[in-house]
Amino acid sequence: MAAHTLFDKIWDEHVVRAEPDGTTLLYIDRHLVHEVTSPQAFEGLTAAGRAPRRPGAVLAVPDHNVPTTDRRVAIADPISAKQIHTLEDNCTAFGITLFGMNDIRQGVVHIIGPEQGFTLPGMTIVCGDSHTSTHGAFGALAFGIGTSEVEHVLATQCLVQKRPKTMEVRVEGQLSPRCSAKDVILAIIGKIGTAGGTGYVIEYTGSTIRALSMEGRMTLCNMSIEGGARAGMVAPDETTVAYIKGRPMAPKGALWDQAVTAWQQLTTDPGAQYDAVVELRAETIAPQVTWGTSPGMVTGVDGNVPDPRTMGDEKLRQATERALEYMALVPGMPIRDIKIDKVFIGSCTNSRIEDLRLAASFAKGKKVAGSVHAMVVPGSGLVKQQAEQEGLDRIFKESGFEWREAGCSMCLAMNADVLQPGERCASTSNRNFEGRQGAGGRTHLVSPAMAVAAAIEGHFVDIRHWS
Amino acid sequence: MDAFTTLTGLVAPLDRLNVDTDQIIPKQFLKTIKRTGLREGLFYDWRRLKDGSQDPTFFLNQPRYQQATILLARDNFGCGSSREHAPWALLDQGFRCVLAPSFADIFYNNCFQNGMLPVVLTGAEIQALFEGVAAREGYRLTVDLAAQRVITPEGTAYHFEIDPFRKDCLYRGLDAIGLTLQHAGQIERYEQRRRTQAPWLFQDVTQPRGAL
Repeated sequence: MAAHTLFDKIWDEHVVRAEPDGTTLLYIDRHLVHEVTSPQAFEGLTAAGRAPRRPGAVLAVPDHNVPTTDRRVAIADPISAKQIHTLEDNCTAFGITLFGMNDIRQGVVHIIGPEQGFTLPGMTIVCGDSHTSTHGAFGALAFGIGTSEVEHVLATQCLVQKRPKTMEVRVEGQLSPRCSAKDVILAIIGKIGTAGGTGYVIEYTGSTIRALSMEGRMTLCNMSIEGGARAGMVAPDETTVAYIKGRPMAPKGALWDQAVTAWQQLTTDPGAQYDAVVELRAETIAPQVTWGTSPGMVTGVDGNVPDPRTMGDEKLRQATERALEYMALVPGMPIRDIKIDKVFIGSCTNSRIEDLRLAASFAKGKKVAGSVHAMVVPGSGLVKQQAEQEGLDRIFKESGFEWREAGCSMCLAMNADVLQPGERCASTSNRNFEGRQGAGGRTHLVSPAMAVAAAIEGHFVDIRHWS
Repeated sequence: MDAFTTLTGLVAPLDRLNVDTDQIIPKQFLKTIKRTGLREGLFYDWRRLKDGSQDPTFFLNQPRYQQATILLARDNFGCGSSREHAPWALLDQGFRCVLAPSFADIFYNNCFQNGMLPVVLTGAEIQALFEGVAAREGYRLTVDLAAQRVITPEGTAYHFEIDPFRKDCLYRGLDAIGLTLQHAGQIERYEQRRRTQAPWLFQDVTQPRGAL
């Protein structure tokens, strides 16, 4: 029998119909919906007189626009409020389960899927959001789609796709102390570039990946799209099964046993071929900091801001010059000398309980620098509740961090959490594009540990040697 | 969806690498619940100087590109977020076609859902087109989907590849959902088979928690 990759197995199980030219009707098991990319899809359904094929396969949550301040107060921005109310109305009209703004289970869409056991190995999962790649951490095929395709999946439970290519990203060895999955994925993007994964589904393999917790694997897969890959995945193992067991929407009883048996088959067979292979050594990965306006513009905290004059490629040189001008950085300056104004700990990349525990352990007993404004935004209401039960909120508050309600918040600044022009932020989120966190704002992507250390020192520090 | 057959139109050049969808349409314009009227947000921050006034050097503010229907771009155009507001905003501005050496996957796909043609040409061909646009005001191209060709004013024809299914849908302006629904019977049979093989995939999230 031919050897198959993990991707091949999941893809083949979901083919409803394949044309001779390879155009495939792919079945979608799970569909996550949020308020920003869904209103036009529901409007399209209504206009065509269509209904969702399987409303029970859909879970909706408002996250992008929601305020992270007191939820008992009405949303100040009437346009944000209208978008959230439109989601509520659509879910009622079409019979879709919604975790509303005051539901303890509300949170960032890519946090709540795994948290509820909605995300399971072997599934195809889509959402009108590019960070849907997060769910690949469970050995699912999960990718972001546009609004027209949201409508397509609602109406048909299928998508028309061409089979993507496969890329293995193998990371072997032991990470340096205090380095994390965030540093691994930033280093991978630095190596392959922001378009290196275009057209591919990435499978992350190797001893470093195996040693990651589920939360670390989610951080890793989350940023696959920043390397151009629509989906990233990690084969399920005992860590995966232990994480899912007992979650509210996970299978129970005999069905659980049956599912776990099936999940054990979800591995890449020995000898299976990928279309491309990339290899990294964990020991070579320093804590990463982005210096530019694209996630591939990244280096170790022990490095320097690059000098465009040394770049041979004209387009690359121009892009680097433009990025440094926007970021107000001087070529050659040490990364550690970059001073920051704000710190954001949150987003679908790094706002799970493990991230907050780690961040709190570094913040404990220390004070945020007087020049820095720092905030922590938990990924969901349940993460917030758990953190408060463990006393993490008190540690953050005593250190001078603000402790907020769950949502996407300053990752994309659609709500009131916005950088002012010229402000510089150490952020645990996933995108450092121009204006991403607010027009004129400057974003440096880092791990939660690096973000806390920067908040306390007022500039970047090498977390490996920080006491 | 509007069909795309042949387009002859003015070309506007955007000479930047890795243009992300946050630049094409910033987040404050994503709060809309409509697909139309997004032109105002197109390249909103790039169109303006720091004092908020229009930047006369930005290509879309230059009179010579006002009626452009073809956007000329660089590598990895449309990277980042999946927001379909990006092609909606380009369409609202009047663009029906984007030419680049490479596109991000989700953006590329979103274009086809909206009657818009993304064309991949080689880096050298794109460079030649940038030079052509710079050299002559009123530079126009013809994009012929049926023949898969981009034709310059000098008569040079550049061939481009396109997936046959996408081409057919775009050329005829087909309703993608309607096409899929023609296979409803096959979807039904797939579901029946999978329900037996992997019943946990069919647990309904609307059921009370703990059910099953």
